[in-house]
Amino acid sequence: MRSDRGQKSPLLLKVCAAGGLLFLHLPILLIFAYAFTTEEKSYQWPPPGLTLKWFAVAWNRADVWSALALSVQVACIATVIALVLGTLCAAAVSQTKFFGREAISLLVILPIALPGIVTGIALRSAFSLFDIPFSVWTIVLGHATFCVVVVYNNAVARFRRTSGSLIEASMDLGADGFQTFRHVILPNIGTALLAGGMLAFALSFDEVIVTTFTGGQQATLPIWMLEELIRPRQRPVTNVVAMLVVIVTFLPILAAYYLTRDGDQIAGSGK
Amino acid sequence: MTPAVRFQKVSRHFGAVRAVDGVDLDVASGEFFAMLGPSGSGKTTCLRLIAGFEQPTAGSIEIFGERAEGVPPYRRNVNTVFQDYALFPHLNILDNVAYGLMVKGISKTDRYKEAEKALELVKLPGYGSRKPSQLSGGQRQRVALARALVNKPKVLLLDEPLGALDLKLREQMQEELKSLQRALGITFVFVTHDQGEALSMADRVAVFNNGGIVQQGTPQEIYRRPKTRFVADFVGSSNLLSPDLMASLGGERRWASLRPEAVRVASEGAEAVVENVSFLGAGTRLAVELGSARLHVMLPAGADVPDVGTPIRLSWNSQDIHYMDDAA
Repeated sequence: MRSDRGQKSPLLLKVCAAGGLLFLHLPILLIFAYAFTTEEKSYQWPPPGLTLKWFAVAWNRADVWSALALSVQVACIATVIALVLGTLCAAAVSQTKFFGREAISLLVILPIALPGIVTGIALRSAFSLFDIPFSVWTIVLGHATFCVVVVYNNAVARFRRTSGSLIEASMDLGADGFQTFRHVILPNIGTALLAGGMLAFALSFDEVIVTTFTGGQQATLPIWMLEELIRPRQRPVTNVVAMLVVIVTFLPILAAYYLTRDGDQIAGSGK
Repeated sequence: MTPAVRFQKVSRHFGAVRAVDGVDLDVASGEFFAMLGPSGSGKTTCLRLIAGFEQPTAGSIEIFGERAEGVPPYRRNVNTVFQDYALFPHLNILDNVAYGLMVKGISKTDRYKEAEKALELVKLPGYGSRKPSQLSGGQRQRVALARALVNKPKVLLLDEPLGALDLKLREQMQEELKSLQRALGITFVFVTHDQGEALSMADRVAVFNNGGIVQQGTPQEIYRRPKTRFVADFVGSSNLLSPDLMASLGGERRWASLRPEAVRVASEGAEAVVENVSFLGAGTRLAVELGSARLHVMLPAGADVPDVGTPIRLSWNSQDIHYMDDAA
């Protein structure tokens, strides 16, 4: 709080706050530490020795690469789908009035509130009902259900802050629909879309539950890790991959946070 | 001569709401035309019909003789100054002004040269590199004006252009808009709910109520000869005399209007009591009670001013009594 600046907080509060933060983040550091241990069969503290060899092992394992490739592929496609559908839906809900608008808005947001396991079971039953074989696309569909929400939420908030008369002004000045989208709408909602897209990518990249129901035999990176934990061999490889997942998902979220924060000034209306 | 804008029996209904209902309208080329009315009277919808943001439910609209129904806003040689200015927040002032030329594919050097000229026209030279958020309300209004004028529109539409400005700035902009319009010779159509603004700026005024035009005419006609009670009431400052009062004064039993400056304090005439005296510089305004009605009397500067509470007698020339339709 700005108004509290200079005022000393009690020691107990500081200790509690520090304790809370440590509780949240220490286990993650533990994961990182085990990536360097020499003990490969079980997690033993303190590590009997430190080594970098698991990075080389992970690098040379084909199953890591195929899982990573699948994860990146799924996350990219799901993000693109989410960007297109989420933006269109946000535009419809925020710029026009039509019958059932509130209902649609609620239905779009619902998948993120629904437990992943319910979404997963529902999709799996639907796929088997229509005899759709499991593939990259079934995973993508599962992920898209919640990725759309993230993009939609970001875009709709920005649309609401963007003055509706900007679009009319652009049309009035001779720009057709495409030009208006290119020169007025996109620059005003661009950062919100980027942020939404990055969050969607991160969500898809570490998704487990829905993927177990829609993935069939193929394993995305988080699924691969789950399977790997059961095998008591080369365990630290999992930790190396875990570090990678943390970095790949954390960076976009951090970027999204900064982009939407600055967005306040970018999207400030022309009033 | 072809009118700049012609409405023939134009209606725009939103479901059951008749926002504009059977409007006939001719705006002459090069005219400064005001659409005056309370909010919800249909004046803004008429402006949006000219701009192309709305399409008529019925009737026909012509802009310089060309049918306008079905023509999208971006294919009309008409530009709008929006009430909230609608400057693009992500572009600087020069790019805002040059926007219309940019989407037409005019080269960067040419369009910046034109935009700079337009900024000079609205007295904002050298402001091109700033962002809209760095300008004051009055400056944004000028930018919005420059952004519209740079496209050399045949008709310029202004939606409550001065509504957001403070009084002093508003008066200054009124004069500037008027002289700009005279210098450019472009047809201006502007919407306002401020009768003073409409009367002082426009060549002709259309008074709107309930989706239709109640009266069209020069500011003098509207002021001197209001057609209905609504016009007299809305344009304001005139005394409204009820049928009963008129009958008791020996006139026809109809609604009438009487301008305050046409009333004299005399030695004989209708008996009244002074209720209030306001000194207005150019004259003094009396509020008097005549029977049960309250009237305003405008005394010229230098006239004898009666004290509050004194009984006086009022007279006027019978031709200053203007009878009106009762209709709203």
